[in-house]
Amino acid sequence: MQYLLLIYDNEAGMKRATEGDQRVMMKSYREFTDSITKSGHMKAGDALQPTSTATCVRIRDGKTLMTDGPFAETKEQLGGYYLIEAKDLDEATKIAARVPSASTGTIEVRPLLVFAG
Amino acid sequence: MNPSSEAVERVFKQERGRILATLIRILGDIDLGEEALAAALEAALVQWPREGTPANPRAWLIRAARNKAVDRMRRRALFEDKRAELEAEAAREREAGALDSDDEVSVQDDRLRLIFTCCHPALAVEAQVALTLRTLGGLETEEIAHAFLVPAPTMAQRLVRAKAKIRQAGIPYRVPDAEDLPARVDAVLAVVYLVFNEGYAASSGAALIRRELCAEAIRLGRLLAELLPGESEVRALLALMRLTDARRAARVDAAGEMVLLEDQDRARWDRDAIAEGLALVDAVLRAGPPGPYALQAAIAGVHARAARAGDTDWHEIASLYALLRVANPSGVVALNHAAAVAMADGPEAGLRLMDAQVDDGALAGYHLLPAARADLLRRLGRLREAAAAYREALALVGNEADRRFLERRLAQVAPARS
Repeated sequence: MQYLLLIYDNEAGMKRATEGDQRVMMKSYREFTDSITKSGHMKAGDALQPTSTATCVRIRDGKTLMTDGPFAETKEQLGGYYLIEAKDLDEATKIAARVPSASTGTIEVRPLLVFAG
Repeated sequence: MNPSSEAVERVFKQERGRILATLIRILGDIDLGEEALAAALEAALVQWPREGTPANPRAWLIRAARNKAVDRMRRRALFEDKRAELEAEAAREREAGALDSDDEVSVQDDRLRLIFTCCHPALAVEAQVALTLRTLGGLETEEIAHAFLVPAPTMAQRLVRAKAKIRQAGIPYRVPDAEDLPARVDAVLAVVYLVFNEGYAASSGAALIRRELCAEAIRLGRLLAELLPGESEVRALLALMRLTDARRAARVDAAGEMVLLEDQDRARWDRDAIAEGLALVDAVLRAGPPGPYALQAAIAGVHARAARAGDTDWHEIASLYALLRVANPSGVVALNHAAAVAMADGPEAGLRLMDAQVDDGALAGYHLLPAARADLLRRLGRLREAAAAYREALALVGNEADRRFLERRLAQVAPARS
């Protein structure tokens, strides 16, 4: 099965982190990505620019509306994702627990919807 | 002689849990398993009265259910891979006659797998409880809804959602790896104990004890003890439930009022349950350092051993609670520790510990803390403070029997003002 690991963390907190802390975080992410690439679980993965760069688009009454910022104000923001291949939820959550941000933020594990036929 | 349809139903009821667990493993889906099982029962009700009960009814039902499932899949053109796999397996069995020789061991494994699936931490606790009672306990959805005081459609919806999540999120049917096993066993035990407690001390509503839930929890506890013989906390939980349940008949009086442990007619305690519980506790304590359930069972054991309330070894209980506070730090355990210290060393010693808890605030909103304080204040003759504490407890209590008990006590300490 394929699972999307959505990485939520507190942006403000990360911005406040020292350069040294950020370097450590980057290194942990590189090691994690290498390890799940070698084990064959990695399908894709990216980091996102902060929510200050986000734009929301919706169409109402035929008109396209654009607004600055993310859809919802929450304590933790979507900051990146991995798409992984895992045999079941237990394997997927084990991999999710190894995402470096799991110890500060939250990793949401979502199975991909497979359309029949 | 050929069986009546009642006899067929009886065999079916006995075998249902085992067969369902195996079908869910074979078919890889709870809904498919339940549907196939219902279809197999229909077939049995037609064939057995006509042709006689088969030599191995369980194998017959599993085979019939699997064939029904293959038919359904074919009709719906669904699960093509699964169907091919099942047909190949059926063909192999026809050659080997494998299903008739299916051994107890593999059936046990199927139930163990299913328990871990039903109590998977990715499901909400209420869903874990409902699924466990439905698939392993064999309670009907209406019965579970009734026991938990929710409308039947709500419970049905809860079950549908849980089963869909298992399917869609890929929650496996598997006994967890050794490294995950302790945490996952804890989750299973928590579900079983929750079922027991929901039955023993209904959190709301009129009936103080809903017997069928306690009986079901004990049955599940036995099953687990059988399936996980190496886990001493499993046996400890069974001991705890047996020792607690042994007091059931004495815990509520003829009018449905709660009777405190110290006032209970100990002649009405269930001696067989106590004997079994004590034997289990002794075995568990000999096996190694006690976990939280073992300590709670040991405490229940001290009560069970006292022929009269006055014979209770409160020093032993207080020291067991002190250990439990370390193993399982929680406000409720600390409160029970304080109550035991009050019995062992006097109300003042207990009250000091409880007052510290009031300041700590961890049990804010829990009626038993002011109720316990009120009781100690009453014993110390500080009646005005006792009355205030009883009123505080009454403002928080949810269960009707508990409420009436507190009202009676309040009337005793503050007769003029009631």
